[in-house]
Amino acid sequence: MNRQIRWLAGGLSLCFLALFVQLNWLQVVKADDYNSRPDNNRAVVRDFSRPRGTIESADGVVVAESVESNDRFRLQRQYPTGDLFANVVGTFSFVYGSSGAEHLENDDLAGQTDALKANSLAAALGGGSRLVGDVTLTLRSDLQQTAKDALGEREGSVVAIDPRTGAVLAMWSWPSFDPNVLSSHDFDAARQARELLLADPRKPLLANAYQERYFPGSTFKIVTATAGLDSGAVTANTPIYDVRTEYIPPLTTNPIKNFGGAACGGPLNTILRVSCNTAFAQMGVDLGAKTMVDAAQRFGFNQTVPTDLPSPAQSNFPTENEFVQDTPKLAQTAIGQNDVQATPLEMAMVAGAVANEGIIMTPHVIAEVRDSKGKLLRRFNPTPWLTAMKPTTATTLKEAMIGVVRNGTATRLSIAGVVVAGKTGTAQLGTTPPSSHAWVVGFAPADDPVIAVAVLVKAQPGVSEVTGGAVAAPIAREVIVKALAAHP
Amino acid sequence: MITTPFGRPIARARRSTELGLVLVGFAITAAAYTLGALGRTATLPANIFPFLGVVLGLLLVAHIATRILAPGADPILLPMAALLNGIGYVFIARLDKKLAGLQATWTFIGVGAFIATLALVRRARDLRRFTWTFALVGLGLLMLPFVPHLGRSVNASRIWIRFGGINFQPGEFAKLALALFFAAYLVDRRELLAMATWRVGPFRLPQPRDLAPVLVAWAVSLVIMTGQRDLGSSLLFFALFVVMLWVASERASYLGIGTLLFAGGAYGAWRMFDHVKTRVTIWLNPWKTAQTSGYQIVQGAYALAWGGITGTGIGLGDPARVPAIPTDFILVAIGEELGLLGTTAVLVAYLFMVGSGLRIAIRAQHPFEKLLAVGLTTILGVQAFVIIGGVTRLVPLTGVTLPFVSYGGSSLVANYVLLALLLRISHDGAVEAGEVSG
Repeated sequence: MNRQIRWLAGGLSLCFLALFVQLNWLQVVKADDYNSRPDNNRAVVRDFSRPRGTIESADGVVVAESVESNDRFRLQRQYPTGDLFANVVGTFSFVYGSSGAEHLENDDLAGQTDALKANSLAAALGGGSRLVGDVTLTLRSDLQQTAKDALGEREGSVVAIDPRTGAVLAMWSWPSFDPNVLSSHDFDAARQARELLLADPRKPLLANAYQERYFPGSTFKIVTATAGLDSGAVTANTPIYDVRTEYIPPLTTNPIKNFGGAACGGPLNTILRVSCNTAFAQMGVDLGAKTMVDAAQRFGFNQTVPTDLPSPAQSNFPTENEFVQDTPKLAQTAIGQNDVQATPLEMAMVAGAVANEGIIMTPHVIAEVRDSKGKLLRRFNPTPWLTAMKPTTATTLKEAMIGVVRNGTATRLSIAGVVVAGKTGTAQLGTTPPSSHAWVVGFAPADDPVIAVAVLVKAQPGVSEVTGGAVAAPIAREVIVKALAAHP
Repeated sequence: MITTPFGRPIARARRSTELGLVLVGFAITAAAYTLGALGRTATLPANIFPFLGVVLGLLLVAHIATRILAPGADPILLPMAALLNGIGYVFIARLDKKLAGLQATWTFIGVGAFIATLALVRRARDLRRFTWTFALVGLGLLMLPFVPHLGRSVNASRIWIRFGGINFQPGEFAKLALALFFAAYLVDRRELLAMATWRVGPFRLPQPRDLAPVLVAWAVSLVIMTGQRDLGSSLLFFALFVVMLWVASERASYLGIGTLLFAGGAYGAWRMFDHVKTRVTIWLNPWKTAQTSGYQIVQGAYALAWGGITGTGIGLGDPARVPAIPTDFILVAIGEELGLLGTTAVLVAYLFMVGSGLRIAIRAQHPFEKLLAVGLTTILGVQAFVIIGGVTRLVPLTGVTLPFVSYGGSSLVANYVLLALLLRISHDGAVEAGEVSG
């Protein structure tokens, strides 16, 4: 009998070996395949049901939080400020996934970073609860609200940054959307809301402030002036551009004209103050393609912004090749027309570069992440991204931009008791009917800037250089006033 | 008295080993229970220390009972059973609080039955006297669910009885009774069975007169279980009978005949019964019916895959979406939350138990004890194989419990009785070998 028993032992061992092989097949070999099958939503439900940290504005207002829900997900994401932070915070939807900071900060919020997992284990063993990360934004809800109120129901964007750190203080676009509806566990309601938003030609789901490009118009003259000053070809006093009503670049007969057929010219301060198209077009042509392209790229054009927001749009300036045998194009790009396109965030950084002695700091919206017990996990350390210009250039340009606010096109940016620097822009879209993007960029206080702003109001009626100053500047002014009031 | 190389009596060394392993098993169970509570609610239950104290006490009582009642017995079996029982309880508690309370009660009863069996059965071979009693008891237990007002159908399987508010699966005990009957009967007839003087085609079989009781019991139990739609138990009984016949007669031809009978029976069942056909279809391709009949097996595969190598951690997976998870599919819950490491540990625990059981069989001095040990070990090993193979789609799924791990009172108590019988045989072997005084 013992022989049979040994055979039986061998047989049963083979059976268990077969089980072991089969378990390896299911748990290792086929695991990825099974985990990604469309009818297997374990990964999604797991992520969705986890405790999730809050997102707060820099001034302590909760903009995203998870509250208990009596359905299979146990938690419902809520956005107490509604649409106010939607473009930055994004949504956390079971059906459509996450976007914005909810997306990029997911591991922190869900407590899935290595540090949080380790701390969670320690806390749990001590009888505490699992830890998640709470995110604090650099954006201030008061500035955000001011921007929203000032822009009103006009399509456009407001971006305010701290030029010294790159911290985004406000980033608002109208129209926005209510993330509460999209994150609803009532999937039908979420789907209907989303379809309406997707069908809206104004693209409310897109964060226009950093995901859309627009012609920057005359605000781009800051870049052209930088190219001239940095190369040494232009100084505060030389050259003195001819006073004229139109400039005909080489290789064309189509003249570049000033708004309203006005005549202008003079040294840098003067031509910037009145936003003289003929003078800046000539400056661009005189400097040449390479100098212009280099300057634009030093400001971040043609580069991906290294920001902590998802999918930033790249601001565009033509390459050197595109200007070969095309001086008219060079003349037009020098005044922010033709193929120049910039995001409102980019134009805020252009103003910020002048404010911060030529240095563009890495723009960011996340200030810090703390665990549930308040322990600091991560803080954004301000880091320079680009050097846009020499410090001397920044000083010269700042003076010129103060002139623009004092007695130029941006007088509506002026604030009693504060020196403000700025530049308007009116990017012409068409003539029938005449309409243009109204721009303004600026910073304050000029001697020690704490805020740089870019405001874009889309497709305003009229084509005059005063459009930017009349429409956009008052919005920027309100934001600056609010920021300075909270920043004595 | 036989001693270890260090001069200690070998029986005492075995008990020390057992105590050590029981404590390790307790430590694993306690750690798993704690992590399970943390994983689910992120806090420790208020009564965790009294609870773990009771668990430890229960294990020590079982150990001390072995020390007194079967001091020479194998030291591996009890710790492995305790570990499997403990891990099973952790997962039942993690899945269903109410079931966990019941399972705790059943564990107490199981350990009580374990001690009672050791106390009542002082020598395994004394059981030989009850050959026909066991046959009657076994068949009677199988018939019980057919008794009107007593039997109940659950999921189309009529294998339950309800008595005084408690549901019970008498088939779990019928296995033990029939294993006892077959061991006793086959030992009496083994020379006759081995002679095999009846020629049927290429086979030489024992006289039909000698084989008849076996065939009758086999056929009756199969018919009963087919009527009860309990495929898993049918398979288990079949394997038990074939293996015991083979070991008793020492004739491999029984394995061949058994395989042929099995193939014929399986084909017949597949032709005749829709529910058998469904099981086979699901086994061959569950993906085609992933939302209907194949749902359970597909969700089981997803759960195992989700666990991967290391698992999600106890309480951090989502095994509740697999139907019948605390009973038939409990290994899937272990696989999801403890990963391949956890499922392999369970396999190894069964392999240890099977190995210990068969070693006991080899060391046993009397044919009856040998055969009984083989039968009991086969029940344990084959049942574990059938259900693990079923949930992993290695073989068609047939619902049986995972011994010691699944939720189920009758199964747990019956398995503790099985364990006590194996330890009793083991102790008897040690006495005969002079390792311990009777």
